[in-house]
Amino acid sequence: MAIKTIKVGMASCGLASGAEDVYHAIQKSLPDSIELKKTACLGFCFAEPMVEVIDEAGKSEFFGYLTPRDADKLLNNTLPDRKLLISQKRDAPANKQLARQVRITTRHSGSIDPENIQDYLDDDGYMALKKVCTGMSPQEVIDEMKASGLRGRGGASFSTGLKWQFAKDAAGDKKYIICNADEGDPGAFMDRNILESDPHSVLEGMAICAYTVGAKNAYIYCRAEYPLAVKRLKKAIADAEEMGFLGDNIFNRGFSLHIVLKEGAGAFVCGEETALIASIEGKRGMPCLRPPFPAQSGLWEKPTNINNVETFATVAWIINHGAAAYAAYGTEKSKGTKVFALAGKIKNTGLIEVPMGITLREIIYDIGGGIKEDRPFKAVQLGGPSGGCIPADLLDTQVDYDSIVKTGAIMGSGGMVVMDDTTCMVNIAAFFLNFTQNESCGKCTFCRIGTKRMLEILQRIQNGEGVLEDIEKLEHLSEQIISSSLCGLGKTAPNPVLTTLRYFKDEYIAHIKDKRCPAGVCSALVHFEIDEEKCTGCTLCIRACPTHCISGEVKKLHLIDQDSCISCGACYSVCKFDAVIRTQY
Amino acid sequence: MKLNIDKIITKYKGKNGAAIPLLQELQELEGYLAPESIRYLSEHTGIPVAELYGVATFYSMFYLEPQGRHIIRVCKGTACHVSEADTLGVAIRSHLGLSEGENTTSDGRFTVLEVACLGCCSLAPVIMIGDTTYGKLVVDKIGKILDQYE
Repeated sequence: MAIKTIKVGMASCGLASGAEDVYHAIQKSLPDSIELKKTACLGFCFAEPMVEVIDEAGKSEFFGYLTPRDADKLLNNTLPDRKLLISQKRDAPANKQLARQVRITTRHSGSIDPENIQDYLDDDGYMALKKVCTGMSPQEVIDEMKASGLRGRGGASFSTGLKWQFAKDAAGDKKYIICNADEGDPGAFMDRNILESDPHSVLEGMAICAYTVGAKNAYIYCRAEYPLAVKRLKKAIADAEEMGFLGDNIFNRGFSLHIVLKEGAGAFVCGEETALIASIEGKRGMPCLRPPFPAQSGLWEKPTNINNVETFATVAWIINHGAAAYAAYGTEKSKGTKVFALAGKIKNTGLIEVPMGITLREIIYDIGGGIKEDRPFKAVQLGGPSGGCIPADLLDTQVDYDSIVKTGAIMGSGGMVVMDDTTCMVNIAAFFLNFTQNESCGKCTFCRIGTKRMLEILQRIQNGEGVLEDIEKLEHLSEQIISSSLCGLGKTAPNPVLTTLRYFKDEYIAHIKDKRCPAGVCSALVHFEIDEEKCTGCTLCIRACPTHCISGEVKKLHLIDQDSCISCGACYSVCKFDAVIRTQY
Repeated sequence: MKLNIDKIITKYKGKNGAAIPLLQELQELEGYLAPESIRYLSEHTGIPVAELYGVATFYSMFYLEPQGRHIIRVCKGTACHVSEADTLGVAIRSHLGLSEGENTTSDGRFTVLEVACLGCCSLAPVIMIGDTTYGKLVVDKIGKILDQYE
């Protein structure tokens, strides 16, 4: 069957993997009969650059791991099978992974051109806004949202319908809508991907919300670290205004909405809603006490409704398909689907959308393909710096808000970082404490100084200088920080320490009592040398050494200069001949 | 120079919450926030110097010192951290001959910064130079990438 359309995935991950060159190579040999399009991200980031090939019958196949040299083979249909990922025509490696997903929020991601509003319109775009503006009262919209069971996807998981109700019921004729696109959790990239792949779905969700609560002005607060998302959002806002989906007198019903894009200036705490509001007001992003909640007194002290990107991107689908269709997915208390970002030591890194209630094991093994190099699974980190590490024996935990909280972690915004036996859990706890300590705004003493003290203790343990009482001290400080901090950052900062202490205490003990890092990560506790008998002189370790402390020539014995060695282990991980000996003290 | 700052000031005149975009545009114009420029901004907008400094020191995207022509952001997110991002950072700094505490090369070509997360976790470890992201990095590739920047 002849090829009709080719789509090249051009979101950040695709572009970083060379999608632009692949696109141009295809364009060069493209016959007139084939249409070449740009799209964004289907979520199979591990296989970027990726293309979708659609034949005249409308059946499609996805190919990955492409280079510009593959362009001719792609056009002749002669690409090798190992580059085939997903196919509607035959068995393909990622078919099952896609089949396990339910793509609602990410319905357009990787299929439409995010910079072309017509693509969005061709797939029900702005139909939900029209339906709402021309035939539903604000209360009817809120009832629909309540019935759908949608809960805020940014991490706080508050009922979206209820939140809208508060903002609608708040007194005052001037109200604001804010889209929180300040995705700061390290290990999370759901919002970046949605903004890059389908910016109009977010704008449509915001417009529906604005109509419902009675706001005429809205802000999108986007991280400055996401330049492509910012660019696509700007274009989307301009296009939607030009076509009358934003701006004045939308659908001739007298409803107006003006959306302003604000670029963040780099502060994690601005993901907290009161800090975010302060930042839009041009101030330092310091959280303040609630109540009053933003729904009563938010931006410029006016009633304000804040939702995150993923929540807004889901709204139009719910209006178009009905609350019942959305609530049909998920569990009793956690309805619908959730987008997760898979990263770390997992084979299929990328973005997935799954119905709530699926187990962690299904996500990691069935969709994620298991652990890289088939090493043993150690833990999965959920919820970023506010979350925790879930160990192997809890892999059958259901992914819903309540079950995840029971493990000591939180669902969070959806980042899942998978760890194997080469990850040190004390190191991970220190990593997160270092993060929260850096990002603490400094307002609350326990958050500001408590996290610093905890980090110092963790560093001491990593250096082999810890004492057993340190564990109690960590637990004690954790309690105090949780009870004495104002905002979510401080209240949850100790979670990574508490969960690693709960499930991996033996690793802490090994560092403290045996002065040994079981994963061989903590540099003060490991030592590297080259095995004279096994070294083949391949120079791989020389090229991998960041401090250039390995000397030697091709086919001659290499030597590590112990004075300059920082024990990073780069030589150990690249050596193919097991010639680097790692000694754990 | 002042003429250009005046343009920015006019653009935000009478607008609420302008401190952050004012500083962002000033930095875009001059590459960093020089003390005399902040003072000038304050005198002509009525926003106290203390407030402008307060904002400038709170957010990580503001620089109070001149930066290199190309800013290298080394991602320190969780996924990058477990994928040996630390080693990568050391290698970049060592390649550029930066000593401890130094972030900008003496020829003003590069500034190396660490960032919390670039959101490209699936390609860890990741760095960003300007607006371009490089993923799945190994120490070996660094020289070739940096050579592309003048």
